[in-house]
Amino acid sequence: MNVGIIDYGSGNIRSVSKSFERAAFELESKVKINVIRSAQELKNMDRIVLPGVGAFADCIKGIKNINSLYKTLNDMVLGKSVPFLGICVGMQLLANYSNEHGRHNGFGWIEGEVVPIIRKDNDIKIPHMGWNSIEILKKHQIFENIKNGEDFYFVHSYNFNSKNKDYIYSETRYGGYITAVVIKNNIIGTQFHPEKSQIFGIQFIKNFLEWIP
Amino acid sequence: MLKVRIIPCLDVKDGRVVKGINFINLKDAGDPVEQAKVYDKQGADELCFLDITASSDKRNIILDVVSKTAEQCFMPLTVGGGVRSIEDIRNLLMAGADKVGINTSAVSNPELVRESSVKFGSQCIVVAIDAKKEKGDWIVYTHGGREPTGIKALEWAKFMAKSGAGELLVTSMDRDGTGKGFDLELLRNITDLVDIPVIASGGVGILKHLVDGVKIGKASAVLAASIFHFGKFTIKNARDEMEKNGIPVR
Repeated sequence: MNVGIIDYGSGNIRSVSKSFERAAFELESKVKINVIRSAQELKNMDRIVLPGVGAFADCIKGIKNINSLYKTLNDMVLGKSVPFLGICVGMQLLANYSNEHGRHNGFGWIEGEVVPIIRKDNDIKIPHMGWNSIEILKKHQIFENIKNGEDFYFVHSYNFNSKNKDYIYSETRYGGYITAVVIKNNIIGTQFHPEKSQIFGIQFIKNFLEWIP
Repeated sequence: MLKVRIIPCLDVKDGRVVKGINFINLKDAGDPVEQAKVYDKQGADELCFLDITASSDKRNIILDVVSKTAEQCFMPLTVGGGVRSIEDIRNLLMAGADKVGINTSAVSNPELVRESSVKFGSQCIVVAIDAKKEKGDWIVYTHGGREPTGIKALEWAKFMAKSGAGELLVTSMDRDGTGKGFDLELLRNITDLVDIPVIASGGVGILKHLVDGVKIGKASAVLAASIFHFGKFTIKNARDEMEKNGIPVR
Protein backbone atom coordinates (compact mmCIF):
# COMPACT_ATOMS: atom_id res chain seq x y z
CA MET A 1 0.00 0.00 0.00
CA ASN A 2 1.20 3.48 -0.86
CA VAL A 3 0.32 6.30 1.51
CA GLY A 4 0.83 9.79 0.19
CA ILE A 5 1.30 12.69 2.59
CA ILE A 6 0.89 15.95 0.75
CA ASP A 7 3.56 18.57 1.40
CA TYR A 8 2.32 21.99 0.31
CA GLY A 9 4.97 23.96 2.11
CA SER A 10 3.62 24.74 5.54
CA GLY A 11 2.65 21.53 7.29
CA ASN A 12 4.43 19.57 10.04
CA ILE A 13 5.30 16.96 7.43
CA ARG A 14 7.99 15.06 9.30
CA SER A 15 5.85 14.72 12.36
CA VAL A 16 3.04 13.19 10.30
CA SER A 17 5.13 10.88 8.13
CA LYS A 18 6.97 9.51 11.16
CA SER A 19 3.72 8.63 12.95
CA PHE A 20 2.48 6.82 9.85
CA GLU A 21 5.77 4.93 9.68
CA ARG A 22 5.27 3.88 13.30
CA ALA A 23 1.65 2.81 12.68
CA ALA A 24 2.66 0.79 9.61
CA PHE A 25 5.46 -0.84 11.59
CA GLU A 26 3.04 -1.83 14.36
CA LEU A 27 0.64 -3.28 11.80
CA GLU A 28 3.49 -5.27 10.28
CA SER A 29 1.99 -4.47 6.92
CA LYS A 30 3.76 -3.48 3.74
CA VAL A 31 2.98 0.19 3.75
CA LYS A 32 5.17 2.73 2.04
CA ILE A 33 4.95 6.29 3.30
CA ASN A 34 5.55 8.88 0.57
CA VAL A 35 5.86 12.64 0.90
CA ILE A 36 4.04 14.05 -2.13
CA ARG A 37 5.04 17.27 -3.84
CA SER A 38 3.54 16.82 -7.32
CA ALA A 39 0.33 15.71 -9.02
CA GLN A 40 2.23 12.95 -10.79
CA GLU A 41 3.40 11.41 -7.50
CA LEU A 42 -0.11 11.60 -6.07
CA LYS A 43 -1.56 9.44 -8.86
CA ASN A 44 -0.09 6.20 -7.51
CA MET A 45 -1.36 6.54 -3.96
CA ASP A 46 -3.81 4.19 -2.21
CA ARG A 47 -4.32 6.48 0.77
CA ILE A 48 -4.01 10.27 0.86
CA VAL A 49 -3.21 12.38 3.91
CA LEU A 50 -3.43 16.16 4.04
CA PRO A 51 -1.75 17.43 7.22
CA GLY A 52 -2.37 20.82 8.62
CA VAL A 53 -0.12 23.19 10.39
CA GLY A 54 -0.80 26.50 8.84
CA ALA A 55 -3.27 29.22 8.13
CA PHE A 56 -6.22 28.29 5.90
CA ALA A 57 -5.45 30.74 3.11
CA ASP A 58 -1.81 29.80 3.02
CA CYS A 59 -2.64 26.09 2.85
CA ILE A 60 -5.09 26.44 -0.02
CA LYS A 61 -2.64 28.66 -1.86
CA GLY A 62 0.13 26.13 -1.28
CA ILE A 63 -1.97 23.33 -2.75
CA LYS A 64 -3.15 25.33 -5.75
CA ASN A 65 0.39 26.48 -6.46
CA ILE A 66 1.46 22.93 -7.25
CA ASN A 67 0.67 22.31 -10.88
CA SER A 68 -2.57 20.22 -11.30
CA LEU A 69 -2.31 18.87 -7.75
CA TYR A 70 -5.73 20.19 -6.80
CA LYS A 71 -7.36 18.67 -9.88
CA THR A 72 -5.65 15.31 -9.33
CA LEU A 73 -6.65 15.35 -5.66
CA ASN A 74 -10.27 15.86 -6.67
CA ASP A 75 -10.07 13.08 -9.28
CA MET A 76 -8.55 10.66 -6.79
CA VAL A 77 -10.76 11.37 -3.78
CA LEU A 78 -14.10 12.18 -5.42
CA GLY A 79 -13.67 10.22 -8.65
CA LYS A 80 -11.77 7.14 -7.55
CA SER A 81 -12.87 7.16 -3.89
CA VAL A 82 -9.33 6.84 -2.54
CA PRO A 83 -9.47 6.96 1.29
CA PHE A 84 -8.54 10.45 2.44
CA LEU A 85 -7.53 11.84 5.84
CA GLY A 86 -7.39 15.59 6.46
CA ILE A 87 -5.79 16.69 9.71
CA CYS A 88 -6.56 19.98 11.48
CA VAL A 89 -6.44 22.64 8.75
CA GLY A 90 -6.38 19.67 6.35
CA MET A 91 -9.85 18.91 7.68
CA GLN A 92 -11.02 22.50 7.59
CA LEU A 93 -10.08 22.69 3.90
CA LEU A 94 -12.93 20.23 3.22
CA ALA A 95 -15.45 23.00 3.93
CA ASN A 96 -16.89 25.48 1.45
CA TYR A 97 -15.05 28.39 2.98
CA SER A 98 -13.22 29.70 6.04
CA ASN A 99 -13.28 33.06 7.76
CA GLU A 100 -9.67 32.89 8.95
CA HIS A 101 -7.88 36.14 7.96
CA GLY A 102 -10.66 37.06 5.49
CA ARG A 103 -12.99 34.77 3.55
CA HIS A 104 -11.32 31.98 1.56
CA ASN A 105 -12.83 29.12 -0.39
CA GLY A 106 -12.06 25.52 0.54
CA PHE A 107 -12.60 22.27 -1.39
CA GLY A 108 -16.33 22.14 -0.66
CA TRP A 109 -16.25 18.34 -0.27
CA ILE A 110 -18.24 18.48 2.94
CA GLU A 111 -20.71 21.32 3.01
CA GLY A 112 -20.00 23.73 5.81
CA GLU A 113 -18.01 26.69 7.02
CA VAL A 114 -14.97 27.28 9.20
CA VAL A 115 -15.64 29.85 11.90
CA PRO A 116 -13.80 31.16 14.96
CA ILE A 117 -14.29 29.19 18.18
CA ILE A 118 -17.07 30.90 20.10
CA ARG A 119 -15.92 32.35 23.35
CA LYS A 120 -19.05 32.06 25.49
CA ASP A 121 -16.98 31.70 28.56
CA ASN A 122 -14.50 34.54 28.92
CA ASP A 123 -12.18 32.27 30.81
CA ILE A 124 -11.16 30.18 27.83
CA LYS A 125 -7.98 30.89 25.97
CA ILE A 126 -7.72 30.80 22.19
CA PRO A 127 -6.18 28.78 20.49
CA HIS A 128 -7.79 25.69 21.96
CA MET A 129 -4.49 24.03 22.71
CA GLY A 130 -3.80 20.74 24.41
CA TRP A 131 -5.33 17.38 25.26
CA ASN A 132 -9.08 17.18 25.24
CA SER A 133 -11.43 14.22 25.54
CA ILE A 134 -13.50 13.31 22.51
CA GLU A 135 -17.06 12.13 22.52
CA ILE A 136 -17.71 9.47 19.91
CA LEU A 137 -21.19 10.09 18.54
CA LYS A 138 -21.39 7.25 16.05
CA LYS A 139 -19.72 3.92 15.62
CA HIS A 140 -17.10 3.72 12.88
CA GLN A 141 -14.13 1.52 12.10
CA ILE A 142 -11.84 4.52 12.60
CA PHE A 143 -12.58 4.37 16.37
CA GLU A 144 -11.63 0.70 16.72
CA ASN A 145 -9.88 0.16 20.09
CA ILE A 146 -10.40 3.79 21.04
CA LYS A 147 -12.61 4.42 24.06
CA ASN A 148 -15.22 7.11 24.20
CA GLY A 149 -13.73 10.00 26.21
CA GLU A 150 -10.12 9.32 25.22
CA ASP A 151 -7.83 12.38 25.06
CA PHE A 152 -6.46 13.69 21.77
CA TYR A 153 -4.23 16.67 21.05
CA PHE A 154 -5.94 19.77 19.66
CA VAL A 155 -4.47 23.04 18.55
CA HIS A 156 -6.69 25.41 16.61
CA SER A 157 -8.67 28.63 16.79
CA TYR A 158 -11.37 27.79 14.25
CA ASN A 159 -14.13 25.21 14.15
CA PHE A 160 -15.57 23.21 11.26
CA ASN A 161 -19.30 23.78 11.19
CA SER A 162 -20.72 20.96 9.07
CA LYS A 163 -24.10 21.84 7.62
CA ASN A 164 -25.22 18.22 7.69
CA LYS A 165 -24.74 17.02 11.27
CA ASP A 166 -24.81 13.39 10.07
CA TYR A 167 -21.20 13.80 8.99
CA ILE A 168 -20.07 14.69 12.51
CA TYR A 169 -18.82 11.49 14.15
CA SER A 170 -17.10 12.98 17.16
CA GLU A 171 -17.09 16.20 19.13
CA THR A 172 -15.19 17.76 21.98
CA ARG A 173 -16.14 20.54 24.39
CA TYR A 174 -14.32 23.84 24.53
CA GLY A 175 -16.53 26.83 25.18
CA GLY A 176 -19.22 25.14 23.11
CA TYR A 177 -19.10 22.03 20.96
CA ILE A 178 -16.14 21.57 18.63
CA THR A 179 -16.24 19.19 15.68
CA ALA A 180 -13.54 16.59 16.30
CA VAL A 181 -14.13 14.12 13.45
CA VAL A 182 -16.14 14.42 10.23
CA ILE A 183 -16.67 11.48 7.88
CA LYS A 184 -18.31 11.39 4.48
CA ASN A 185 -17.91 8.25 2.39
CA ASN A 186 -14.15 7.82 1.82
CA ILE A 187 -13.27 11.18 3.39
CA ILE A 188 -12.25 11.59 7.03
CA GLY A 189 -11.28 14.84 8.70
CA THR A 190 -9.95 15.25 12.24
CA GLN A 191 -9.58 18.51 14.07
CA PHE A 192 -7.17 16.89 16.52
CA HIS A 193 -3.69 15.74 15.57
CA PRO A 194 -3.52 11.92 15.60
CA GLU A 195 0.21 12.19 14.82
CA LYS A 196 0.70 14.00 18.13
CA SER A 197 -1.71 11.98 20.24
CA GLN A 198 0.67 9.25 21.37
CA ILE A 199 -0.76 5.71 21.70
CA PHE A 200 -4.35 6.40 20.67
CA GLY A 201 -3.22 8.69 17.89
CA ILE A 202 -1.16 5.86 16.43
CA GLN A 203 -4.18 3.56 16.91
CA PHE A 204 -6.32 6.02 14.94
CA ILE A 205 -3.77 6.03 12.12
CA LYS A 206 -3.63 2.22 12.12
CA ASN A 207 -7.42 2.19 11.82
CA PHE A 208 -7.19 4.57 8.88
CA LEU A 209 -4.65 2.34 7.15
CA GLU A 210 -6.88 -0.71 7.63
CA TRP A 211 -10.13 1.03 6.78
CA ILE A 212 -11.94 0.00 3.64
CA PRO A 213 -14.68 2.56 2.99
CA MET B 1 -12.58 18.89 29.13
CA LEU B 2 -9.27 20.49 28.22
CA LYS B 3 -6.43 19.24 30.39
CA VAL B 4 -3.62 21.26 31.89
CA ARG B 5 -0.39 20.31 30.16
CA ILE B 6 2.76 19.18 31.92
CA ILE B 7 5.80 19.97 29.78
CA PRO B 8 9.36 18.84 30.49
CA CYS B 9 11.89 21.18 28.95
CA LEU B 10 15.22 20.22 27.44
CA ASP B 11 17.63 23.15 27.58
CA VAL B 12 20.27 22.10 25.10
CA LYS B 13 23.84 23.38 24.81
CA ASP B 14 26.41 21.80 22.48
CA GLY B 15 24.05 18.90 21.88
CA ARG B 16 23.62 18.07 25.57
CA VAL B 17 20.80 18.79 27.98
CA VAL B 18 21.97 21.24 30.62
CA LYS B 19 20.39 22.95 33.56
CA GLY B 20 21.62 26.05 35.32
CA ILE B 21 20.60 28.41 38.07
CA ASN B 22 19.34 31.86 36.99
CA PHE B 23 20.47 30.93 33.46
CA ILE B 24 24.15 30.34 34.44
CA ASN B 25 26.29 27.62 36.10
CA LEU B 26 25.09 24.99 33.66
CA LYS B 27 25.15 21.37 34.74
CA ASP B 28 24.99 18.40 32.38
CA ALA B 29 21.64 16.61 32.45
CA GLY B 30 22.06 14.03 29.72
CA ASP B 31 21.45 13.28 26.08
CA PRO B 32 18.38 14.99 24.58
CA VAL B 33 17.46 11.99 22.45
CA GLU B 34 17.48 9.65 25.47
CA GLN B 35 15.58 12.18 27.57
CA ALA B 36 12.92 12.58 24.87
CA LYS B 37 12.44 8.83 24.82
CA VAL B 38 11.92 8.73 28.57
CA TYR B 39 9.40 11.57 28.50
CA ASP B 40 7.46 10.02 25.64
CA LYS B 41 7.21 6.79 27.67
CA GLN B 42 6.14 8.69 30.77
CA GLY B 43 3.36 10.28 28.74
CA ALA B 44 4.44 13.92 28.96
CA ASP B 45 1.82 16.16 27.36
CA GLU B 46 4.36 18.00 25.22
CA LEU B 47 8.09 18.39 25.02
CA CYS B 48 10.04 21.60 24.75
CA PHE B 49 13.53 21.72 23.21
CA LEU B 50 15.47 24.95 23.60
CA ASP B 51 18.87 25.47 22.05
CA ILE B 52 19.85 28.00 24.70
CA THR B 53 23.04 29.36 23.17
CA ALA B 54 22.04 29.58 19.50
CA SER B 55 21.26 33.31 19.73
CA SER B 56 24.22 34.28 21.89
CA ASP B 57 26.55 32.22 19.67
CA LYS B 58 24.94 33.85 16.61
CA ARG B 59 24.46 30.49 14.93
CA ASN B 60 21.57 28.43 13.65
CA ILE B 61 19.87 25.79 15.70
CA ILE B 62 21.36 22.29 15.71
CA LEU B 63 18.91 20.74 13.26
CA ASP B 64 20.37 17.24 13.38
CA VAL B 65 19.90 16.99 17.17
CA VAL B 66 16.39 18.41 16.81
CA SER B 67 15.49 15.83 14.22
CA LYS B 68 16.95 12.92 16.23
CA THR B 69 15.01 14.12 19.27
CA ALA B 70 11.82 14.54 17.26
CA GLU B 71 12.08 10.94 16.06
CA GLN B 72 11.43 9.88 19.67
CA CYS B 73 8.34 12.01 20.19
CA PHE B 74 4.77 11.18 19.39
CA MET B 75 3.69 14.18 21.38
CA PRO B 76 3.84 17.83 20.36
CA LEU B 77 7.34 19.20 20.22
CA THR B 78 8.18 22.88 20.54
CA VAL B 79 11.65 23.88 19.42
CA GLY B 80 13.31 27.21 20.08
CA GLY B 81 16.72 28.83 19.86
CA GLY B 82 18.13 31.07 17.16
CA VAL B 83 14.95 31.20 15.06
CA ARG B 84 15.38 34.25 12.83
CA SER B 85 13.38 33.71 9.65
CA ILE B 86 10.47 31.99 7.96
CA GLU B 87 13.03 29.65 6.45
CA ASP B 88 14.31 28.69 9.92
CA ILE B 89 10.77 27.85 10.99
CA ARG B 90 10.16 25.78 7.89
CA ASN B 91 13.42 23.87 8.53
CA LEU B 92 12.39 23.12 12.11
CA LEU B 93 9.00 21.84 10.99
CA MET B 94 10.76 19.68 8.43
CA ALA B 95 13.00 18.33 11.20
CA GLY B 96 9.95 17.23 13.18
CA ALA B 97 8.97 20.23 15.31
CA ASP B 98 5.29 21.07 15.66
CA LYS B 99 5.71 24.53 17.09
CA VAL B 100 8.61 26.94 17.23
CA GLY B 101 9.65 29.18 20.05
CA ILE B 102 10.79 32.70 19.20
CA ASN B 103 12.46 34.93 21.75
CA THR B 104 15.41 37.08 20.68
CA SER B 105 14.16 37.59 17.11
CA ALA B 106 10.71 38.59 18.30
CA VAL B 107 12.39 41.58 19.95
CA SER B 108 14.76 42.46 17.13
CA ASN B 109 12.15 41.82 14.44
CA PRO B 110 8.55 41.71 15.77
CA GLU B 111 7.34 41.48 12.16
CA LEU B 112 8.62 37.88 12.14
CA VAL B 113 5.92 36.92 14.67
CA ARG B 114 3.20 38.49 12.55
CA GLU B 115 4.46 37.04 9.28
CA SER B 116 5.08 33.54 10.61
CA SER B 117 1.70 33.34 12.35
CA VAL B 118 0.00 34.14 9.07
CA LYS B 119 2.10 31.63 7.18
CA PHE B 120 2.14 28.73 9.64
CA GLY B 121 -0.87 29.62 11.79
CA SER B 122 -0.77 31.14 15.26
CA GLN B 123 -0.83 27.70 16.86
CA CYS B 124 2.68 27.14 15.53
CA ILE B 125 4.24 30.26 17.04
CA VAL B 126 5.24 30.27 20.69
CA VAL B 127 6.75 33.51 21.89
CA ALA B 128 9.16 32.91 24.74
CA ILE B 129 9.59 35.73 27.23
CA ASP B 130 12.47 35.68 29.69
CA ALA B 131 11.66 38.25 32.35
CA LYS B 132 13.58 39.63 35.30
CA LYS B 133 12.25 41.93 37.98
CA GLU B 134 14.00 45.28 38.13
CA LYS B 135 12.80 48.23 40.19
CA GLY B 136 9.25 46.96 40.44
CA ASP B 137 8.88 46.04 36.77
CA TRP B 138 9.55 42.87 34.86
CA ILE B 139 12.00 43.46 32.05
CA VAL B 140 12.41 41.31 28.95
CA TYR B 141 15.82 39.74 28.35
CA THR B 142 17.05 38.17 25.11
CA HIS B 143 20.00 36.05 23.94
CA GLY B 144 19.34 33.34 26.51
CA GLY B 145 19.07 35.81 29.36
CA ARG B 146 22.21 37.76 28.49
CA GLU B 147 20.82 40.97 27.05
CA PRO B 148 18.42 43.32 28.83
CA THR B 149 16.07 45.06 26.40
CA GLY B 150 14.43 47.63 28.67
CA ILE B 151 11.06 46.40 27.42
CA LYS B 152 8.40 45.83 30.07
CA ALA B 153 7.31 42.20 30.04
CA LEU B 154 3.58 42.89 30.51
CA GLU B 155 3.40 45.30 27.60
CA TRP B 156 5.49 42.94 25.53
CA ALA B 157 3.21 39.99 26.30
CA LYS B 158 0.19 41.96 25.17
CA PHE B 159 1.92 43.14 22.02
CA MET B 160 3.08 39.63 21.11
CA ALA B 161 -0.42 38.20 21.61
CA LYS B 162 -1.75 40.91 19.31
CA SER B 163 0.99 40.19 16.78
CA GLY B 164 -0.21 36.63 16.31
CA ALA B 165 1.60 34.49 18.88
CA GLY B 166 -0.40 31.35 19.62
CA GLU B 167 0.97 30.99 23.10
CA LEU B 168 3.45 32.55 25.49
CA LEU B 169 6.20 30.74 27.34
CA VAL B 170 6.90 32.94 30.34
CA THR B 171 10.10 32.26 32.25
CA SER B 172 11.06 34.08 35.40
CA MET B 173 14.82 34.51 35.32
CA ASP B 174 14.80 35.30 39.02
CA ARG B 175 13.31 31.91 39.78
CA ASP B 176 14.78 29.71 37.06
CA GLY B 177 16.74 26.83 38.56
CA THR B 178 16.22 28.03 42.15
CA GLY B 179 13.49 25.55 43.04
CA LYS B 180 11.59 28.34 44.81
CA GLY B 181 8.50 28.11 42.61
CA PHE B 182 7.14 30.15 39.72
CA ASP B 183 6.97 33.93 39.92
CA LEU B 184 3.21 33.78 40.44
CA GLU B 185 2.73 37.52 40.38
CA LEU B 186 4.38 37.79 36.96
CA LEU B 187 2.32 34.88 35.69
CA ARG B 188 -1.00 36.12 36.98
CA ASN B 189 -0.37 39.57 35.56
CA ILE B 190 0.26 38.13 32.13
CA THR B 191 -2.51 35.49 32.13
CA ASP B 192 -5.03 38.18 33.08
CA LEU B 193 -3.76 40.40 30.30
CA VAL B 194 -3.78 38.04 27.30
CA ASP B 195 -6.38 35.73 25.76
CA ILE B 196 -3.87 33.15 24.51
CA PRO B 197 -2.53 30.23 26.59
CA VAL B 198 0.44 30.89 28.85
CA ILE B 199 3.04 28.29 29.81
CA ALA B 200 4.51 28.89 33.25
CA SER B 201 8.25 28.38 33.51
CA GLY B 202 11.13 28.90 35.88
CA GLY B 203 11.55 27.82 39.46
CA VAL B 204 9.73 24.56 40.02
CA GLY B 205 11.29 22.68 42.95
CA ILE B 206 8.40 20.71 44.37
CA LEU B 207 5.15 19.45 42.86
CA LYS B 208 3.03 21.96 44.74
CA HIS B 209 4.66 24.68 42.64
CA LEU B 210 3.02 23.20 39.55
CA VAL B 211 -0.37 23.35 41.26
CA ASP B 212 0.24 26.98 42.26
CA GLY B 213 1.15 27.89 38.69
CA VAL B 214 -2.27 26.76 37.54
CA LYS B 215 -4.41 27.74 40.50
CA ILE B 216 -2.81 31.07 41.36
CA GLY B 217 -0.88 31.92 38.21
CA LYS B 218 -3.75 30.71 35.96
CA ALA B 219 -1.32 29.10 33.54
CA SER B 220 -2.65 26.74 30.83
CA ALA B 221 0.46 24.62 31.02
CA VAL B 222 3.38 24.15 33.37
CA LEU B 223 6.96 23.62 32.32
CA ALA B 224 9.79 22.23 34.39
CA ALA B 225 13.26 20.87 33.79
CA SER B 226 15.42 19.94 36.78
CA ILE B 227 12.75 18.14 38.80
CA PHE B 228 12.19 15.76 35.90
CA HIS B 229 15.71 15.46 34.43
CA PHE B 230 17.43 14.43 37.61
CA GLY B 231 14.73 11.89 38.40
CA LYS B 232 13.38 13.69 41.45
CA PHE B 233 9.84 13.34 40.10
CA THR B 234 8.19 11.60 37.16
CA ILE B 235 5.51 13.06 34.93
CA LYS B 236 3.08 10.74 36.68
CA ASN B 237 4.00 12.16 40.10
CA ALA B 238 3.25 15.63 38.76
CA ARG B 239 -0.02 14.50 37.24
CA ASP B 240 -1.15 12.78 40.45
CA GLU B 241 -0.40 15.86 42.54
CA MET B 242 -2.34 18.08 40.18
CA GLU B 243 -5.27 15.72 40.05
CA LYS B 244 -5.34 15.56 43.84
CA ASN B 245 -5.74 19.31 43.79
CA GLY B 246 -8.66 19.26 41.39
CA ILE B 247 -6.76 20.24 38.25
CA PRO B 248 -7.86 18.40 35.09
CA VAL B 249 -4.97 16.32 33.77
CA ARG B 250 -4.67 13.55 31.24
